[in-house]
Parts: sequence; structure tokens; C-alpha cells
Amino acid sequence: MSANAAAPVGVERTGERARRLTETVFRVRELGIVGALALLILVTGILEPRFLHADSLRNLALNASIFAILAAGQTLVIVTRNVDLSVGSVLALAAFMTGQTLADHPGTAIPVVILMAIGLGAACGLLNGVLVTFGRVPALVVTLGTLYIFRGLAFLWTNGRQVNAEKLPDSFLNIGTGSVLGIPTLALIAFVVVVIIGQCLRDFRAGRELYAIGSNPDAARLAGVRSDRRVLAAFVFSGALAGLGGALFTARFGTVDATAGTGYELTVIASAVVGGVAIFGGIGSVYGAALGALLLGTITSSLIVLKVDAFWQQAAIGALLLLAIAFDRFVGLRLDAALRQRSARRAAA
Amino acid sequence: MPPPETASSTPPSAPAPAAAAPEARVGAGRAAALLARWETLILGLIVVTCLAGQGISSQFLTADSFTTGSLDFSEVALMALPLALVVISAEIDLSIASVLALSSAVMAYLWNQNLPIELIMPICLAVGAVCGAFNGLMVTRLGLPSLAVTIGTLALFRGLAYVVIGDASVTDFPAVWTDRAFGNAAGTAIPNTMVLFAILAVAFGVLLHATPFGRAVFAIGANEEAARFSGLRVKRVKMWLFVMSGTVAALAGIVISLRNSTAAANVGTGFELTAVAAVVLGGVSIFGGRGSIAGVVLALALLAGIQKALSLSESISSYWIQIVTGALLIGSVLGPNLVARAREARAHSSRLRGRWPSRSTDTTPRPQEEKTA
Repeated sequence: MSANAAAPVGVERTGERARRLTETVFRVRELGIVGALALLILVTGILEPRFLHADSLRNLALNASIFAILAAGQTLVIVTRNVDLSVGSVLALAAFMTGQTLADHPGTAIPVVILMAIGLGAACGLLNGVLVTFGRVPALVVTLGTLYIFRGLAFLWTNGRQVNAEKLPDSFLNIGTGSVLGIPTLALIAFVVVVIIGQCLRDFRAGRELYAIGSNPDAARLAGVRSDRRVLAAFVFSGALAGLGGALFTARFGTVDATAGTGYELTVIASAVVGGVAIFGGIGSVYGAALGALLLGTITSSLIVLKVDAFWQQAAIGALLLLAIAFDRFVGLRLDAALRQRSARRAAA
Repeated sequence: MPPPETASSTPPSAPAPAAAAPEARVGAGRAAALLARWETLILGLIVVTCLAGQGISSQFLTADSFTTGSLDFSEVALMALPLALVVISAEIDLSIASVLALSSAVMAYLWNQNLPIELIMPICLAVGAVCGAFNGLMVTRLGLPSLAVTIGTLALFRGLAYVVIGDASVTDFPAVWTDRAFGNAAGTAIPNTMVLFAILAVAFGVLLHATPFGRAVFAIGANEEAARFSGLRVKRVKMWLFVMSGTVAALAGIVISLRNSTAAANVGTGFELTAVAAVVLGGVSIFGGRGSIAGVVLALALLAGIQKALSLSESISSYWIQIVTGALLIGSVLGPNLVARAREARAHSSRLRGRWPSRSTDTTPRPQEEKTA
């Protein structure tokens, strides 16, 4: 009887230990990116001191902000073992809507416009989510399709027109270029968004269920997780954040046409993957993905500052992505082995 | 009580069980199956496109329009063939358009080094094969997911293309070769590139549908573990598929450079997505194990036809091509899914009625049944 009662406690402790081990590994993973980032900034700074000037660092943060927001949304989707390729196109739709609304109706309150952009993005995400969950169409196919459809709609809507910065109110453009207490507003917004989404995914039940779905969809369903609803929500969030990204894109660049955000989807996915989000779901954090976006942005900036031929940028990003997934695979295999060994030792003891 | 989702939890690719179909319907069912074959459906859509295209412009159903329409689609069409095999084996290769660009850039670089073009072309093909082998190694030896690997090499190979040639371009290829790439087969309206495509389509069709290698590709895509346990050399087969994909992408790079008389690093951006769209529209399951070269060829013809029809139209914006492509892509998977689910629901409800005829007023099975539908 006592042996029976003791067994679950032992199991629980093993589970606890295992969880702590995996958590440590992921913290190490995120710290690894921070380390790489610090090293990159340091080396670039030594070679070219101008890189460490406030202006240059500000630009760095600005460039990574929109990608960090999109990567946060993408993480929610990838963690559930899905993917959202349509974010670049959703961003274009939302960006043009924002610009057009502000140009045509200069009096519109800015929060209303931003909420409209988020709403438009959420609607696009809802369409993706419904097709994936209720239509049972693979996310890769759905979002590849909507990548085309939303981009096509953006082209039809803009019809060759573009919105220019001079038609936009300064108060709106300030979001993209201004700063609060020396910190760029855009980076501040990105930081807040990333922390909110990151904490929700890390600590909330709904967030943990996304991991469960991504680790093993069948097991999650059998455990009573409402997978369809959760996956749908992940797509809606990804779309909404792409919508927000669109509004911020307009604020930052001022000029918007139908080609806004072309190819962003791949950079965003690359950011998430470099940040330790596994493409097959169940692993990764929003913070990692945001750091990944920052790292990719920093590489681009430092290559420019170091006057490395700009043509090397894309190759460097590709190589980094491959290194990151190879590293994750390596760590994953070691972790599996460590966990197996540990439980074998427990069983023997 | 399980959540309602459980009832519809079968994977989307699973066909509806035909258990409830009575014997008498089998013959008619086979005819219906032939009629409902994916290839037949696409063929029907091609006919619709031809009729609509004729309505749009009297120029549509002409030899000239066929020549230009198919010429514009040459590279995507070439790359879609090996990609179909890759997808059937449950992998994906998103780096093909970047291999195309790298091949074009290498071609430009070597031409500037005054190498003869007859020597350059095999080198380009070899570069493509090496790119494919790199993808293959990452996927088979390191066990990395091909989606992530080829997103990485998409950036890497395109980047290398820029490293090789920068933003320069080469336009002075010998006229003999550019004429060959741009011209038609002797005395016909069929472009030479389409002859090349036809040869490769037959080759890949035979490889996929009539050889042990092709059967291995299907087996691996359907169930990799089962394939491995039945003695198939899964890694070797996948490796070859990636090498083929890279080589044909490099060939497409040569074709696009000669056809446009321009070799540069920025050619073919985004072609990989069009090729994937054509493959999926052609009835290849994105989860692997299902598909045919015939379906892919028809899907390519459909997309090229729609694109040409829209470009001939003066009133319809050519941007519709993207919307139509996207809708067809989603519809090609959504349609069969909905049909399967409806059939499943009907079979389910008739089974329920058959089993409990006297309890038809019983409310317990009802809610489940409605949720399933």
C-alpha cells in the first residue's frame, strides 16, 4: 500500500525534474541568442564604433520592431504545428487601409484607425483559421492560398495608387519615428506586445494548450483540449498582429502601396525558427522568436555598417537559419538522451 | 463525454469509408469515381477557361496565344515536375526558385569569364545538383524538417546568387542559344521549352508511375516508417529527389536566362510558391503519398490558361490571377474534404437509423450526428 502511494510521488518528482531540465535548456536557448546578439553588437562596435551610437541602435530597434510583432503571432501558430504564410499579404492590406483611411478622413482618431487595422487582420486570420480547423485543409495550403488572395485583393484595391507620407497626419507618423524617454515608440509598442503575448503563451491555460496541441494533436484532443477553438484563436491572433504590423508599417515608412511586406512571411518564419521555435510545433517561446527577429535585423545592420557587400546579407541569414535548426536538432537529441538516462536511473533505483 | 471535435478528428487526407454503400451501386460508383477523378475535374476547368477565354478575347484560342502563354510558364512548369515527386514523398522544396537564380548567376559569371556556353550549361546543372544534394543531406542525414531547411536555403542560395554576380546582369549570350530557347519547334507553334517540358514530363511520369523508384516515393510519402521497415532505402530515395529538384531548377535557370537573354540574381523571385500551388492544385497531397504527374501537368495548363486569358482581357485586372490561383489552391483541398465529410455524415446517420429503427425518437445520438455534419 505504502509502495503504491509512493510511486506516484516519485513519478511526479521525475516529471518535475524533467520539466525543469527542459525549461533550463530553453532558457539557455534564449540566452544563446542574447549572447550571439551581444557578441555581434560588440564585435561590430569594436570594428566600427559608430555602430554603438544612439542613432544607430535606435534604428536597429526600429527595424526589428515590426518583425518582432509578426514573429510573436507566428509563434502562436507554429507552436500548434501549423504555419501562417499569409502575414505579409495581411500586412499589406492593413497598411494600405490605414494609409487610405487617414488620407481620406484626416480627422479620424488614430486609435480607431489602428483598431480597424487590427480588426481587418483578425478577420483575415479568422478566414485562415476556419479553413484550417473546420475545412480541415492543411495550414500550408490555406495560407499559401490566402497569401495570393490577400495580395491580389491589395493590388485590386490600390489599383496602382500609393499613399504618401505628406497625406498622413504628423501625430500618426510620430508613432513610427518618434520616441518616448529616448526609446523609439515603435520599439516600445513591440516590447509591450511581445511581453503580453509571451506571458499568455507561457503561463495561461490557453497558451499551454497550444503547446499540447503542437506536441501531440491526438493526445491533446483526448485530454479534452478544444484544439479547433485554440488553433482558430492562434490564427486570429497571428492575423490581428499582422494587422497591427500593417498600421505600424504605414506609420514608419509613410509610403504604402500594394507591394508592402512582400516576402515578410519568410523572414518572420526565419526569425521564429532562429529563435528556437520548432517548425513541427510544441517547442519555442514568443521571446525567443522576438529575439530571433532582433538578431536577424542586427545582422543586416551590422553587415551594412561593416561595409560588407550588401549581397552577403541574404546568404548570411540563410546560413544562420540552417545553423539554428541544426543546433536545435543537436540539443534536442542530447536532451532526449539525458531524459531517457535519468528515467532509466530512476527506474533502477 | 468526449468533446464534439473527436467525431471529426480523422486526418483530412483520409478517404471516407465506403462501408455503407450497397453492392448494386458499385458499378455506377466506379463510373462516378472516374468522373470524379481529380484530373477529370481539372480538365473540365481547363475547358471552362478556354470557353471563358474565348469570350474574353478572340485572340485566346490562337496558336500565337498558346506560344506566348506557355512560354511564360516554362520555368515554373519545369520545376513543378520534380517538386511533385518531392511533395509526394511528404517533403517540400521551397529553395527551387533560388537555385534557379543561382544557376542564372553562375551562368552570367562564367560567361563573363569567357567560357564557352556549351561548357557553362553542364556546370550550372552541376551547381543545381549540389544545391539539391545540400538540401537532401540536411533533411536525410541531420533529420531536419525540409520546410525549415529549404526556407533557409531559399535565402542562402538567393544570397549566393547575389554574391556571385551582384546586381549586374549579362545580356550578350550567343544568339544561336537564345533563339533556341525563345523559338518554336520546327514549323509548329509549340515553343522549344515546351518540347523540353514534355520530354521531362514523360520522363518523370514514367519514373513516378512505372518504376520501383516511383512506388518507393509513394510508399515513403504514405508511411515513412512502414516504408523503412519494408526495406526501402528511404534516405537514399529522398536524397535523389532533392538532387533531381535542384538539377531541374538549375535547368530552369538556364532556360529563363536564355529565353529572356538576361542572366541576373533576381530572376524568378516567388516562383517556388507558384510551383507549389500548381503541384497541390494538381491533386498531390501536401501530406504525401498521393498524386500524379498528369494532374500536375493539367494544373499547370489551367494556371497558364487563366493567366493568359486575364492578360488578354482589357476590362479584368490581371491582378485577379493571384486571387483565382489562391482560391483554386484552397478549393482543391477544401472541396474534396467537404464532400468526404458530407458523405461520412450521411453514412453515419443512415447507419444510426438502420441500427435503431424503433428508437428514432431517441435524442442521444442526434446531437453527435449534427455536430459531425
